[in-house]
Amino acid sequence: MMNSLVQAILLGGYYALVACGLAFMFQVMRIINLAHGSLAILSAYLVWEITDALALSPFISVLMILPIMAIIGLLLQRVILERATKGGELLPVLTTFGLAIVIDNLLFQQFGANTRSLSPYLGDLSWESYEIFGLWIGKLPVIVLITAIVVIGGLDLVLRFTPLGRQIRATAFDPDTAGLVGIDARKIAAISAAIAMMTVAISGTALGLRGTFDAYAGGPQLLFAFEATIIGGASSLWGVFLGGIILAIAQSIGALIHPQGFLLGGHFMFLIFLFARIYFNRDVFSLKHWFAKRNKGENAA
Amino acid sequence: MKIKRSNAYSKMTLYVVAAVFIALILLPSFASNNVMERLTVLFIYIIMAAMWNTLAGFGGLISIGQQLFFGLGAYATIRITNMGISPFVALLAAACLVGLLSWPISTFMLRLKAGEFAIGMWVLASIGHLLVNLDPLIQGETGISLIALNQYTIGNRRLLIYFAALVSMSGLLLGLFYLLRSKAGIAMQAIRDNEEAADSIGVDAEKVKKWFFIFAAFGTALAGALWLAQASSFQPKTYFSVQWTAYMIFMVLVGGLGRFEGAILGALLFFSVETWFAATGVWYLVGLGAVAMLCSLFLPKGIWEAIETRLGITLVPVGYQVTGLIPDSHSKNK
Repeated sequence: MMNSLVQAILLGGYYALVACGLAFMFQVMRIINLAHGSLAILSAYLVWEITDALALSPFISVLMILPIMAIIGLLLQRVILERATKGGELLPVLTTFGLAIVIDNLLFQQFGANTRSLSPYLGDLSWESYEIFGLWIGKLPVIVLITAIVVIGGLDLVLRFTPLGRQIRATAFDPDTAGLVGIDARKIAAISAAIAMMTVAISGTALGLRGTFDAYAGGPQLLFAFEATIIGGASSLWGVFLGGIILAIAQSIGALIHPQGFLLGGHFMFLIFLFARIYFNRDVFSLKHWFAKRNKGENAA
Repeated sequence: MKIKRSNAYSKMTLYVVAAVFIALILLPSFASNNVMERLTVLFIYIIMAAMWNTLAGFGGLISIGQQLFFGLGAYATIRITNMGISPFVALLAAACLVGLLSWPISTFMLRLKAGEFAIGMWVLASIGHLLVNLDPLIQGETGISLIALNQYTIGNRRLLIYFAALVSMSGLLLGLFYLLRSKAGIAMQAIRDNEEAADSIGVDAEKVKKWFFIFAAFGTALAGALWLAQASSFQPKTYFSVQWTAYMIFMVLVGGLGRFEGAILGALLFFSVETWFAATGVWYLVGLGAVAMLCSLFLPKGIWEAIETRLGITLVPVGYQVTGLIPDSHSKNK
């Protein structure tokens, strides 16, 4: 029981990692990128290719694909999303879905139906674990969880304390007014897309390290990312982190109830949060709500 | 100034449609088996495209999860025939059941916006798939055949499925035609053109959207049930695949989002593309995705919109036409 809870939290780290890029783009550009999962799989394949060809550690290869994915992000924003958002809020959905189909099938064409994993390139690390209070905890999932905390924490710090972060927040809040005070909203959107794609590169690598992937694995990753985002409330990146962990715990509970209940558990948790968000106060289920309340209470006292 | 609901083109359309319908009814007496089987597939594609267009083109609701209704339609048919009911009664009953089920889903899902609605529907489709997998009758991903069809000889079966598909398609298109011409439909087209403006003159978007959602669920379920009859075996993985929605999106985007004729044109195009290029396998799917993407970027109203605005042709009169407002103006269906 305790063991599955710990494993769930570690898995939640991966979900948080894959969700933060989706949530970031949604916050800044109001776009849900349906090609998000497919792009994560694309980066997993890129890391695999580089690792295999140059006999590098996957941890080095991921550093090499970060700039590649950043450029893909820039192009995605400039060539596709910018044009699509002009046509209303529905077109980006259709366009990114079309893009996902293209990426999935190109990957299938290139790499075939075999599943791949990055873990063979890790040597001992793929099975090494820590023993804490009688629980065996894999080193790799811990690394993924810490990466998630570092990535989300880093993004949060950038958003809060740097000039770029201020500009991104201003653009997210109101692009037109941001433009009035001299912020180039086009540039900020492109930079944000590049940042989001870098997190996508990291999450794709994390997927490859933790398990296996194939050309059509993008759809499920998109659903996980979306569910974590909705559960987390989409308003803050730490909320998304918590959302990922709640999603993973719900899946573990589902698996305990029924052998095929892993995915269903997560989906039902997603529906419960969605239900709560629609029919009750919109942000009862976001972290912000509770922290804001507690702070108020302290001030009053 | 004159306001009318039809023009010379639409009267011509009426005759052509009637002629095509009679030809399609008489067709089995001389066409080969292969032609009939392919036409059955075409009818199902037209249903799927028209239903997705109902939702997206008129309701402004982009769903990536219509495979939920497609799969459930097929699954319900299996379940109902398992109780000893004739498969052709079961088709209709299954679609009605799924239509009923879509009512509570609609009250819930229609509160979501754009992308959230799109992926939310996808999650629901995934839930549907996983739940159907739990049914012991289906045997997980192994699936099951529609054994009840064995009571008919192969020839009769082909004929019956052909007519079932033809009648379903005609019925749904006719239904959609009258729905669009009704008060709700005019409201829907107003919402399509500008939701805020429609709202400001008292159009109840929520209620109208709900009816269109249910209608699309019913039609898509019927398409799923017909596909099951035509393919005769049910594997959850195939029927709940997001591929179906991808096909629907392709057909509607290419043909013409929000245009009655567009969905039919798109289905015809998709059918021809599939017939010629499906053998190229993966590249064919890459092409579909790319064309859908390019269409949504550069031709968001599809081919039909281009035809309609360039030539001023309206074949299916679902709106009102105002003529004589400005001398010499083309009659335009808006």
